[in-house]
Amino acid sequence: MINVLLWAPLAFGLVGLFLPRRAVGPWAVLGALVTLGVAVGMTIGFDSGDSGLQYVESTPWISGLGVDYSLALDGLNLFLVLLTAVLWTGGVAFAAFRDYERPKTFFFLMLVAETATLGSFLAQDLLLFVLFFDFMLVPFYFLFGAWGHDRTAEGGITASAATLKMIIYTLIGSLLMLVAAIATAIISADGGHITFSIQALQEQGIGLGSQRWIFWFFAAAFLVKMPAFLLHGWMPDAYRAAPLPALAVFSGVLAKVGAYGFLRIVLPLFPEATVEFQEIVLVIALASILYGSVMAFTQTNVRLIAGYSSVAQLGFITAGIFALRADGADGAVLQMVNHGLVVAPIFIIVAILLERTGTEDIREMGGMALRAPVLAALFLIVALATLAMPGSSNFIGEFYILNGLFQAKIVFAFIAITGVAMSAYYALRLYQGAMHNRKPEGLMSREIGWRDSVVLVPLVLCILALALYPQLILKRTNPSVEQTVAKVTGGSAPNSKLATKNEESGWTGYAPIGDK
Amino acid sequence: MNFNEPHIDYAGISPLIALTVGICVVLLSAVFRPFKRSAPLLTLITLGATAGLLIWQWDDPKNLITGALRLDDLGISISLIAVMMAAFCVLLSIGERATEEAGSGEYHSLLLGSVLGMVLLSQATNLVTFFVALETLSIPLYILCATNLRREGSLESGLKYLIVGSIGSATLLYGMAFLYGGTGSTGFQGIAAGIAHNGLDGDPLILIGIAMAAVGLAFKTSIAPFHQWTPDVYQGAPTPITSFMAVATKAAAFAVFLRFFEVALGSQLDSWQPALAALAAISIVVGNVGALGQDSLKRIMGWSGVAQAGYMLGGVVVASEAGTSSLVFYLAAYAFMNLAAFAVIVARERETIFGDDIRAVRGLGAERPALAWPLTISMLGLAGLPATVGFIGKLYLIEALVEGDYTWLAVFIAVGTMISLAYYLRVVAAMWMRPERDAVPGGTPAIAGAAPEADPVDPEAGRRWYLVGPAVLAAAATVFFGVIPQPLVEFASHAGAALF
Repeated sequence: MINVLLWAPLAFGLVGLFLPRRAVGPWAVLGALVTLGVAVGMTIGFDSGDSGLQYVESTPWISGLGVDYSLALDGLNLFLVLLTAVLWTGGVAFAAFRDYERPKTFFFLMLVAETATLGSFLAQDLLLFVLFFDFMLVPFYFLFGAWGHDRTAEGGITASAATLKMIIYTLIGSLLMLVAAIATAIISADGGHITFSIQALQEQGIGLGSQRWIFWFFAAAFLVKMPAFLLHGWMPDAYRAAPLPALAVFSGVLAKVGAYGFLRIVLPLFPEATVEFQEIVLVIALASILYGSVMAFTQTNVRLIAGYSSVAQLGFITAGIFALRADGADGAVLQMVNHGLVVAPIFIIVAILLERTGTEDIREMGGMALRAPVLAALFLIVALATLAMPGSSNFIGEFYILNGLFQAKIVFAFIAITGVAMSAYYALRLYQGAMHNRKPEGLMSREIGWRDSVVLVPLVLCILALALYPQLILKRTNPSVEQTVAKVTGGSAPNSKLATKNEESGWTGYAPIGDK
Repeated sequence: MNFNEPHIDYAGISPLIALTVGICVVLLSAVFRPFKRSAPLLTLITLGATAGLLIWQWDDPKNLITGALRLDDLGISISLIAVMMAAFCVLLSIGERATEEAGSGEYHSLLLGSVLGMVLLSQATNLVTFFVALETLSIPLYILCATNLRREGSLESGLKYLIVGSIGSATLLYGMAFLYGGTGSTGFQGIAAGIAHNGLDGDPLILIGIAMAAVGLAFKTSIAPFHQWTPDVYQGAPTPITSFMAVATKAAAFAVFLRFFEVALGSQLDSWQPALAALAAISIVVGNVGALGQDSLKRIMGWSGVAQAGYMLGGVVVASEAGTSSLVFYLAAYAFMNLAAFAVIVARERETIFGDDIRAVRGLGAERPALAWPLTISMLGLAGLPATVGFIGKLYLIEALVEGDYTWLAVFIAVGTMISLAYYLRVVAAMWMRPERDAVPGGTPAIAGAAPEADPVDPEAGRRWYLVGPAVLAAAATVFFGVIPQPLVEFASHAGAALF
């Protein structure tokens, strides 16, 4: 089952190469739908009380080097896998209704990217994770470079230069991570049989001296991917170059792989280093929140507004994880899904707006709501979810994150809370600029067509469903998250009571780890 | 008086016999008119027979010719890589001008001569066989580099290679003299015993010998700072020869590098290990930085070869079974990746007027997918991206380095790989993406590389089976062993077990 989930997109992509040009789009949508179906089936069959791995698949892959092909689902990755399947269906379907040059290669690469992304979420072998993590970049390199937009006319750079920048930035982290992963396994093995199984490595553990540098090698890879403040240099150019359906899934899912990596690998494998560097990472996270928000205020390109808002949101998620409290990490997982579900529709709406207005500049947009009330309503829901309106699932996510942060580091929590306020500003600015105000000359305002509705409405329905029932996620992730966080805190941290009972748990206390 | 007939293990030396017979037959075939066109076929038959005989001897280690050669899995695996590269070189040479100008029989028998040197070198366990084999390998290559008679670059390449190669050989020979002088033995085992017996541990005599031998081998494997000839020679030589030279020479030289340093000089580990590690690091930096900004594909491959040699030297540095296995694995991986790239370069050289300039592959993705995919896979593999054998090769090397306490060198490999992306991906971008600058309008003669009038354009070259076939096969192998690396890992670990 889990093998089908992982390889179905690739298989469909390969077959698609041999189909006639016109059939390849619908075929790719079918592939994404089949994957989504499998993912939904696995979510239904998931045992929500179990904190361990489920649907385990494990066979030796390169026995000489100790690498296993091992996949599994647990509370940490279940909903990220589902998110991947949902967003890819949306992105591929949106692209299928449009004409792209060389459609066979385009859809092939989209589906390869889905397999790679699912692989990095599912992998339970450290090296397999690194492999998929690096491999994710390859299809996006081609998608962004070959189908992207050159920005030389606007004083920017070409698509191929932008993607080169992106790939070099992200691989700096990834390659160091490869060295760090191998070092982790060899140090744990201590002359014995080398294994890269994350489960086995957790049990053995490595000394603090090695943990320190290995921690930063991993952190570099994950922080670049998000991207975090100071490591985000590739983001503006890449976001402006990317074709929008690919950007929707890229921004919606790939950034989360970095945050997920912290939860899956860094916390359980390097617990002492995590505690030691907790505050440094929190500072980076807060800087991302503030910088991302401020940049999102000032940008006029709608892609960059969404891009910088992602930097801020990912800062929130990182802060939640590094609160090192179960609440914070619960919130982070929930927020990863929430953010994916709002940012992908934003990029699809940007694509729809681009077709109508011919511009991505928010100053030249506006007045759309009058003639296109449905589109405006959909956009409004997405925008309100982005700013974490009470009642939305994003509100719950941010509440959990802040709750975790208050329990751990109250000072950081106060700063982080300003980010919530700022998100209201940039989300509303984006919505108002595009939908309200006076209609500029020459702008075509028309209602969203059925083709785009088919893509957009289900995504918005997912946002609404989660707003009504966030427990769907929290109930299933909480056992695994508690287990992961307990590895760092040694079980001394108060367990999350919020996830099971809706009552407060000491959320004014400043209780650094080690005081208990 | 008693005459003892020496014991000759004919089975063990059968690959060498097959090659020698092949050289004579191919050379003579050119003389007889009816067989004039059959030199490539005869060469392929010889190489096939050699490969068969080598595989027959697999997993049956033994000493040959009173210990002058050692036939073990390390030697056989390296020889097989050399034979494979030679076979593909024959295919790529079909229709190459150089074979016509130099004479097909001579060209192919020289190629076989070089292969003979490589097979010998990969088995050498004696200073004399070591040196003789190295020269047997080199001299035909000097000539082959210069076979494209009408091109100035080719002659220059041959001459340059001759001079630099001779300096390398002379340095090596001088170093050998020191070692022989100190230990009184030419056998690798004898040298190790002599060092221990004569109390020469850390003796200047031995250290000078080691240093000079290392420099000599560094010339052959194009390790920086002894690499200056590489880009020029790679660019000037006929492209099929470049492809052969880039991989097979490296493979054979690394085989003897391993054997010499780990068998004969194993006791002096502490003195040569840091020095070789430094050379590896320099090579990685110099090669990768040098490749940036190159416009000739063959020069890019040359500089990248310097960097790749630096990665591979890491396998020698750690002096362990894992190191040796990882080196053999990387060499095999390198063979596939290079082959795919060079096959495409040959095809485009004949097909376009741009020679080996990067403009020759511009827009290849739309125009000739059957060539664009192999070159793309090759570039991604050389850059070490996952799902190619290049990633597994790097993984293997890094694992060996970390295990051998050379984590810093592993970090160098990671950093070098990062730099390398800038030029490997430039080639990929040229094939699939819109050009960075406006393309020079077609019809303008190439500036870099060959003078266009010397190489007539063959517009169908991109469809010829003997060019597309090797490219597709090698690219398929690159992906196959990237996804299912186990067979190649076993092949390499056999070779690694031979030394330790």
